[in-house]
Amino acid sequence: MSRLKILALLPLAVALSGCNYIVLAPAGDIAAQQRDLVIISTVLMLLIVVPVMALTVLFAWRYRQSNTSARYEPEWDHSTKLELVIWSAPLLIIVCLGALTWMGTHLLDPYRTLGRIQADRAVDQSKAPLEVDVVALDWKWLFIYPDYGIATVNDLAAPIDRPINFRITASSVMNSFYIPALAGQIYAMPGMETKLHAVVNHPGTYKGFSANYSGAGFSGMHFNFHGLDDKGFDAWIASAKSAGGSLGRAQYLQLEKPSQNEPVRRYGTVDADLYRLILNMCVDTGKMCQSEMMAIDAKGGLGHQGLNNTLPLAYDKYARRGTALGPEPVFVAGACTPDAPQGQTTASIKAPTDAAPLLGAGLERPTFTPQKSSSFFLGQRPKSDS
Amino acid sequence: MSPDLLKLIFGRLGLESLPLHEPIVVGTFVVVALGGAALLGGLTYFRLWGYLWREWFTTVDHKRIGIMYMILGIVMLLRGFADALMMRGQQALAFGGSEGYLNAHHYDQVFTAHGVIMIFFVAMPLVTGLMNYVVPLQIGARDVSFPFLNNFSFWMTVGGAVLVMASLFIGEFARTGWLAYPPLSNIGYSPDVGVDYYIWALQVAGVGTTLSGINLICTIVKLRCPGMSMMKMPVFTWTSLCTNVLIVASFPVLTVVLALLSLDRYVGTNFFTNDFGGSPMMYVNLIWIWGHPEVYILVLPAFGIFSEVTSTFSGKRLFGYTSMVYATVVITILSYLVWLHHFFTMGSGASVNSFFGITTMIISIPTGAKMFNWLFTMYRGRIRYELPMMWTIAFMLTFVIGGMTGVLLAVPPADFVLHNSLFLIAHFHNVIIGGVVFGAFAGITYWFPKAFGFRLDPFWGKLSFWFWVSGFYLAFMPLYVLGLMGVTRRLRVFDDPSLQIWFVIAAIGAGLVALGIGCMLVQFAVSFLRREQLKDVTGDPWDARTLEWATSSPPPDYNFAFTPVVHDNDAWWDMKKRGYQRPLTGFRPIHMPSSTGTGIILAGLATAMGFGLIWYIWWLAAASFIAMLAVGIGHTFNYHRDFDIPVDDVVRTEDSRTKLLAGAK
Repeated sequence: MSRLKILALLPLAVALSGCNYIVLAPAGDIAAQQRDLVIISTVLMLLIVVPVMALTVLFAWRYRQSNTSARYEPEWDHSTKLELVIWSAPLLIIVCLGALTWMGTHLLDPYRTLGRIQADRAVDQSKAPLEVDVVALDWKWLFIYPDYGIATVNDLAAPIDRPINFRITASSVMNSFYIPALAGQIYAMPGMETKLHAVVNHPGTYKGFSANYSGAGFSGMHFNFHGLDDKGFDAWIASAKSAGGSLGRAQYLQLEKPSQNEPVRRYGTVDADLYRLILNMCVDTGKMCQSEMMAIDAKGGLGHQGLNNTLPLAYDKYARRGTALGPEPVFVAGACTPDAPQGQTTASIKAPTDAAPLLGAGLERPTFTPQKSSSFFLGQRPKSDS
Repeated sequence: MSPDLLKLIFGRLGLESLPLHEPIVVGTFVVVALGGAALLGGLTYFRLWGYLWREWFTTVDHKRIGIMYMILGIVMLLRGFADALMMRGQQALAFGGSEGYLNAHHYDQVFTAHGVIMIFFVAMPLVTGLMNYVVPLQIGARDVSFPFLNNFSFWMTVGGAVLVMASLFIGEFARTGWLAYPPLSNIGYSPDVGVDYYIWALQVAGVGTTLSGINLICTIVKLRCPGMSMMKMPVFTWTSLCTNVLIVASFPVLTVVLALLSLDRYVGTNFFTNDFGGSPMMYVNLIWIWGHPEVYILVLPAFGIFSEVTSTFSGKRLFGYTSMVYATVVITILSYLVWLHHFFTMGSGASVNSFFGITTMIISIPTGAKMFNWLFTMYRGRIRYELPMMWTIAFMLTFVIGGMTGVLLAVPPADFVLHNSLFLIAHFHNVIIGGVVFGAFAGITYWFPKAFGFRLDPFWGKLSFWFWVSGFYLAFMPLYVLGLMGVTRRLRVFDDPSLQIWFVIAAIGAGLVALGIGCMLVQFAVSFLRREQLKDVTGDPWDARTLEWATSSPPPDYNFAFTPVVHDNDAWWDMKKRGYQRPLTGFRPIHMPSSTGTGIILAGLATAMGFGLIWYIWWLAAASFIAMLAVGIGHTFNYHRDFDIPVDDVVRTEDSRTKLLAGAK
């Protein structure tokens, strides 16, 4: 009989042993601390959940109708003491959990640089952290190593015990950058940058993927993350360098097009400015960078003249996954004003006087030397002779 | 015909919009078409159209509208659950290089439709239906405050459901996930009709929900019978009041955010685009400012049901009525202060994240207090294990697990590793099935005899109960495990073969739930056939405590021949205890609202307008909009809005009940 029982349990045992509870057994210090919080909070809550479940079963059994020996008090409906207990018991747990949350959230803020690489090892301040720029594309991941001048698609590596600074953005829709073994996830959003600081402690190959649904190719949007020792990492960089190929703006625009289940790709050289251009949505030379637009807006914008400025700013309406209201981009041909109720034609609108910020990205900026400011409030005060 | 003319008439609707290339959809269509034809043929053959129109479609009786809401919820449950089975099947099969049997285009629609249908067209109708049926009876009213509005609200909800169902066979549904986050849901990345179906289905149904919320708040505030002060209201009425306050305060946010998204999609504005300064993050914030209160909109009435059921079947006053009421109010208020916990991973600062994490945890305090109140209601009671009580015990044991994982997800660093994972999926199914669905089933079995005059068959009910509960655990516990293995949601194919066993277990669980649903349908049929044996003549089959049990089962059109006077929060229990005698004479004519077809006509026009907008059939949209205005204005000239039930009818109804009661003794 007992043998049969063991046999019956066998498939379960097989299933359990074959599993990889990566969230509970991660390879990076950040994920390990997050795992600790998961466990501590669960234990804290079990302090109240287990008694509640036990009491439910106990009362349900003890006060069943057929048990006439149990006390029956149909009018009993209030007890101040009990009420105090039932409100304060959860309150106490939540006070503890709240304190834990406040500390944990600040200590494990993904934007915070690392202070340690493992429980008892501080960060070696002499070594610079590894910088990696991450771009979520339709439907693959682009990793740019600015310090090494290489880029990869769907393949990521980092040396163990060296802090990694991720800067994360996306090309079209929202994704979430997640390597369970390394650290918690953070959204990748177009035109915006999120940050993640992490470190990997154990060598190995781990899964990374998008944890936020992003369209048809979402299921295939995963990559391998290699934790390597220093020698292995250097070899990995070298192999990427020797892979040849270069990722410039034109190649990126090709790569950016939607594709599914992309194999690993490596680029030996990469346009040093590429990540900034992606983030500002101006890899296409016809587009104005978001940062330039913001600079214009910060100075008060271009007024009515700015109305004509739509084409260099249009980004995701017609470009990426199909066209909608018509294949041709729309632009403003003129604006109605009280003076010209029929609208002005483009010809009659004067070009903005200072055209400098309007230059497309990638073109040389005119050289610009700031004038000595003479403003009393904002600039240096002109020295008086006396 | 010239393409321009075709475009003018049909917009972007064409023969290629029909999903003839999807064999599964075509098969479904054939089944639905045959079933529908049989149903329509049957209705015509038995000449039921006139009856249905007069007695049901145009009725303003809150009881019939409540029943129609329940039917809508159960029908849509079948659709939503079919989607669930398809997902479970796909995920159980798509391993080791297999693509499963659903392509991305189809699978992505299935999980979106599943979420939308289950929340908007299953949970909401079930909850609204129960509130509609029970609240006026519990407060001793003859109907809701605005009976015509009630009918209109119901048909608007149906209109939304019709649009979602239409998307299955004409065109496609959204492929964005159930909240349709931009930029994915914006025109650049979802140029086809799917998201438009989503928008207009929710907009049409949302009007109904908002109006129904206003109606029920007004009813509870203004129509309580004499003696029923706020603190003497039954707990279900209290939770309904709070739910409807939440509806009225949060559904307009949904309406606005969807309107902004449609402006982006239809006229090229840039609220949520990547370019021109649009901000998709704003959408995510706004939709969750609606979305979080929404989960309390669903679960608060369920809490109310459990309170009624526990107290009735324990044969005991509810423990801690006052703290129960305050807990409900506190949850109502706090539910507005937690929305950001749905996207801690968006990159807000640590202080913002901790604020929202801690407010979320605080909600667990009143919820915990409620749990203890139910516990101590059972304490020193005499618990009868009828079906509603069984659902309640299953709820108490299941919901604490879901609550615990919920608080865990409210700890931001824990959320960073569990967000969007199958752990999250397991959590919210744990609270929605364990809370809302079990609550709805407890409510259905509890109030069914009131609505139809006979109880539900306990054998099939218990069978259904055990299939549901075991199926739920088998389907969702594996998802907790998978979440801890770092498996994320909405994946269509998998690489790692060691995960497959868990998906297979989950699929078996879903199969058990399917049996549970099957047993429930059999239960309805069997109970109908055995209605004479299961008959409830007393109007109070459970020896219950609140006012709805004071009248006959089913109640007469006017609910109560005389408005009851209340002295205790367990009003009917108190009346029974004090030897209440039903008045047999002195009846007077009763003033009641008249039926009207305006509600269904308006909702039909709104649905047509939605369809026109979805397919860019502008003439249809404009024509139906103008027609809606015309019908709405026309209805203001309808002066036949009320009538008096003649005293003879009242006497006859009450006499027949007297005979029935005498026969029962």
